[in-house]
Amino acid sequence: MIDTKHIGRQLATTFFEVEKGRLRFFAKATGETRPEYIDEAAAKAAGYRSLPVPPTFLMGADLDAGIMFTLLDELSVPIGNILHGEQSFTYHAQVCAGDVLKVESRIADIYHKKGGALEFIVKDSVITDQNGVKVMEARSVIVARNPKEKSA
Amino acid sequence: MSAPAFHEVKVGDELPALKLPRITRTTLALFAGASGDHNPVHIDLDFAKAAGMPDVFAHGMLPMAYLGRFLTHWVPQTQLRHYAVRFSAITPIGAKLTCGGKVVEKLERNGETLVKLEIGIVDDKGEVKLSGDALVALT
Repeated sequence: MIDTKHIGRQLATTFFEVEKGRLRFFAKATGETRPEYIDEAAAKAAGYRSLPVPPTFLMGADLDAGIMFTLLDELSVPIGNILHGEQSFTYHAQVCAGDVLKVESRIADIYHKKGGALEFIVKDSVITDQNGVKVMEARSVIVARNPKEKSA
Repeated sequence: MSAPAFHEVKVGDELPALKLPRITRTTLALFAGASGDHNPVHIDLDFAKAAGMPDVFAHGMLPMAYLGRFLTHWVPQTQLRHYAVRFSAITPIGAKLTCGGKVVEKLERNGETLVKLEIGIVDDKGEVKLSGDALVALT
């Protein structure tokens, strides 16, 4: 079982630069074809400073820095056993290509269900831009399946 | 694009559905790279089987990204205030997904008029893959 002493722990602060090429790759991978997500001139015509970050793109800020995967490794949770349980985003300002974001994350909770067969890790993140403006908050709930702990 | 006006929207109104192409292994390979989620359980069949899964399966964030597309077809994303989902079933290779949603509440908060949406994704057998809610500002 994952030690609950980690609840409240602040994780490493990381930085994420929003790149146009990565946004175009994300658009391709998610079937997004609207010009404002691919073409900077179209984005500006639609009122954005540059290509806009789509609503779920900033999970990449965590993933590129390996925040969650490093934590799972440290907690000895095999990544083949995890599932994404819940995800939420609260938006305060539109992020666009060129922004450099600071990501601060903490473990908000750890708990288990079904006699330990399922363990839950709740991580909260606050994302701030290069001007110090809080642009987004995110919460991830990761579920770890423990086949051995299944209740008899 | 133009968003619907707050006074025109009614509780119970349905958003236009978004039907997605079948999920393939290529879909998952591209999404792994673009999203930054390189967990091999989504792209490496050998790894997935060793982890006790019958096959690779979609990242949860892939259908959540589709549902984000669906939302931003209804309103420009600058009007999106909150977006939350709960993942209820794995999305396998071959799944055909459809995004849907409806208005469940009209409210005012911090001087803004908002609507709350109930949103979700089902496959072609009607199984719910994820469900959640969104808050969007409408003027």
